[in-house]
Amino acid sequence: MHLIINHFGFLMQGVLYTLGLTAIGFVGALLLGTVLAVCRVGPITPLRVIGSAYVEFFRNIPLLSLLVLFIFGLPDAGVTIPLFASAAICLALSASAFACEAMRGGINSVSVGQAEAARAIGLSFVEVLRFVVLPQAFRAMVQPLVNVFIGVLLSSALAAAVGVAELTNRTQQLNLKYAEAVVCFLFAGAVYLLIALAGGTVGSRLERMLAIKR
Amino acid sequence: MSSANRVLFDAPGPRGRRRIRTLTVASVAVLAIIVAAALKQLGDHGQLAAYRWQAFTTVPYLRVLGEGLWGTLKATGMSAVLAFPLGALLALMRLSRRRPVRMLAVGYIEVFRSIPLLLLIYAFLLALPRYGVNLPVFWKLVVPIVMVMSAIIAEVFRAGILALDRGQSEAAEAIGFRYWQAMRLVILPQATRLVLPSLIAQLVTVLKESTLGYAVSYPELMKQGDFLTARTHLLFQTFVIVAVIYVVINFLLGRLASLVERRLSRRTGGAGPRATQDTQLANAPNAGLAPTA
Repeated sequence: MHLIINHFGFLMQGVLYTLGLTAIGFVGALLLGTVLAVCRVGPITPLRVIGSAYVEFFRNIPLLSLLVLFIFGLPDAGVTIPLFASAAICLALSASAFACEAMRGGINSVSVGQAEAARAIGLSFVEVLRFVVLPQAFRAMVQPLVNVFIGVLLSSALAAAVGVAELTNRTQQLNLKYAEAVVCFLFAGAVYLLIALAGGTVGSRLERMLAIKR
Repeated sequence: MSSANRVLFDAPGPRGRRRIRTLTVASVAVLAIIVAAALKQLGDHGQLAAYRWQAFTTVPYLRVLGEGLWGTLKATGMSAVLAFPLGALLALMRLSRRRPVRMLAVGYIEVFRSIPLLLLIYAFLLALPRYGVNLPVFWKLVVPIVMVMSAIIAEVFRAGILALDRGQSEAAEAIGFRYWQAMRLVILPQATRLVLPSLIAQLVTVLKESTLGYAVSYPELMKQGDFLTARTHLLFQTFVIVAVIYVVINFLLGRLASLVERRLSRRTGGAGPRATQDTQLANAPNAGLAPTA
């Protein structure tokens, strides 16, 4: 126990790195995912193909393989990105595929009549999406997007395997130096659980706010 | 493509067609430029040289990667074989009428869905040996995966059981089956058939999690690739080929899941939860819809 108290600052810095990775990864995933979802439901065929290919690729590649390729493979091609940035980029890329699917599911859950009515009053593609479909789709997207958030949180731990000094990495460092292993891991586990619970609570509150009051 | 998509941009008029045509040409041009720039960058650093890629057609390299692939398949298979029944058991416990059993299951599921797999693997790798629990490397990888996946699979099974028509359990009760008889003979077989596509999709997740053998030095594909690069320094090529192998295998598994789902929905008339990317398993999160390892 005193091990955690002595190294509290050290561990808290790790938590900050974890939160940073998660935040950047999730926000990046949302932005990229929106672009991809629009590409996939839009009328421009090359964009649809690229969108589908992108999603298939990034859903099927293991995150560790992507991280290793990005961090150890790209320098061979002359592209050297700092470690934290490449981990965040990989997280965002990987999660954007899942975010895109969550958004597409949300868009497809809006009944067809809404989009038909929007077309009938003369709204363009972008206007239909912006004023009619997306606001309603958002309600259906919240739960899957919360799952994406928790996924990003748990995936951020993988960055520890490639050297980013976030919580899991620091827990392992402490464990290698001292003998009180279980306490460190319990602490790290509790932190992840707390953050995941917080994400879940925010999600349910959002869902309740957006629910249709019948 | 659902009908909503067809409605979002129905038959465009002449101006719309022109706009779509210009955007199509523009996007193809932009993509071509990006691909050309990437290839040029690779070429400038000699990464496209033939000798670098040809090495991977020789037997020694293929053997190393083949051993890695076999290790991956072994770890994935063993994890799936252990996690799926354990997940089913947890789902049943969560649906139990006895409160302590239910609370225990809920606790396990919520905890193991919220902690990262790598943390658990590090705990098995570094923490437990000090207390005398030193498993062989294969099990240091498989046991954490089973612990985490069983929680996820439990949610999949629970969604399947809950999605089953209540008439089934009522009918089973009506003909005199007790709780466990009804479960065993009526509910579980149908629920399993319902969630089979989801389970295949979760196999993809298990396979992706097996890449963490990298962290425990279990010789699966990721670790073998690492071993290869330590000796050959062909970092970019090795990791690209390893990534492509993973994507191909997972893609095929995903296609298998879609095929099974289509076959099953044809037989049941479309009832029940869906599994693949075009639809959503309402109550089971992480059914291939959230990033994991």
